[in-house]
Amino acid sequence: MLFMGIDIGSRGAKGVVIEDNQIATAFIGDTGPESVKTSEMVRDNMLAKLGMDMSKITYTMATGYGRVLVPFAAENVSEISAHAKGAHWYFPSVRTILDMGGQDCKAINVNDKGQVTKFIMNDKCAGGTGRFLELIASVLGLRLEDIGQTSLESKKNFPFNTVCAVFAKSEAISLMKKGTPKSDILAGLHDAIAVRCYNLLKRVNIEKDFTITGGIAKNQGMVAKIKEKLGMEPVLAPDPQIMGALGASLFARERYMAKQNAAPAS
Amino acid sequence: MEANYGYSDGSGDYFIIVDTDKCNGCGDCVTACPERVFEVAPDDYGKKVALVKESVASKVSYVCPGYKPCSANVETTCHTACKMGAISHTW
Repeated sequence: MLFMGIDIGSRGAKGVVIEDNQIATAFIGDTGPESVKTSEMVRDNMLAKLGMDMSKITYTMATGYGRVLVPFAAENVSEISAHAKGAHWYFPSVRTILDMGGQDCKAINVNDKGQVTKFIMNDKCAGGTGRFLELIASVLGLRLEDIGQTSLESKKNFPFNTVCAVFAKSEAISLMKKGTPKSDILAGLHDAIAVRCYNLLKRVNIEKDFTITGGIAKNQGMVAKIKEKLGMEPVLAPDPQIMGALGASLFARERYMAKQNAAPAS
Repeated sequence: MEANYGYSDGSGDYFIIVDTDKCNGCGDCVTACPERVFEVAPDDYGKKVALVKESVASKVSYVCPGYKPCSANVETTCHTACKMGAISHTW
């Protein structure tokens, strides 16, 4: 049986289909202005890769910022529970998750069953999110994919006074005017974001094992800084960005099975 | 589950914390809160619990004045209404 999970984030739209406890296919695209169309695009891409139509998918669940705008999903779950379930599937020993998304950051504690025991999210401010890194990348004239690597080339950490997206942008511009190398600016910014994440993590229990999920987990410079602040080596999934969608597909399987068991035998 | 709703910004930490292990879903907090911050709904594991409305979570410091200022003006607050002691504030 196949189960689909759709994660409509603020920046990225992700999808996963699982079969027999394996990932059959996954897809990552951009969240467009219309969430409904975006979710259909994710679905159609995955079905095309599988060479199937929607009738083969037993149950579908949605998560993420735009989870209520996925018309073909039977149910939805919060991205917090979805990330916890996805991370638990990859690493059953994970107890602490830092989800770094396009528009917010979340710190989550999870138990040995993959259930959330404590969570905190910061969904008001863009400082230290994917959107913020996109902004800085464009100011520095770099591709988003390259800023993590560039920050690692820094020889001198340039301390930033703020992680506020607006102020940090102007600070970065004035540093560039002074001739500060891009790598040092990026190292300083990554450091400031890591401190912010550490402060968020301190509000939950920082326990082993620790993982980072979401799109920013692909940024090696960011992962290195967080590792330095925490003094803990994170375990990373092959693709941490699909964790929410994977969790949603696992929820789809669980809810479907529960319904089957609850239904009277025919 | 210890659910923290809110944010920290330059001016401080603004989180309303609901301990869903203690919460019995009675909904007394829903009617006690003068700003109607809470609602009762099933969480992702199917338990009916109190939660901070999604529309409020991102502006909680503007909607809720904080526990102490509120308790000075209101007879029954979310803290006193909750018999299980499941609700707390960081400010």
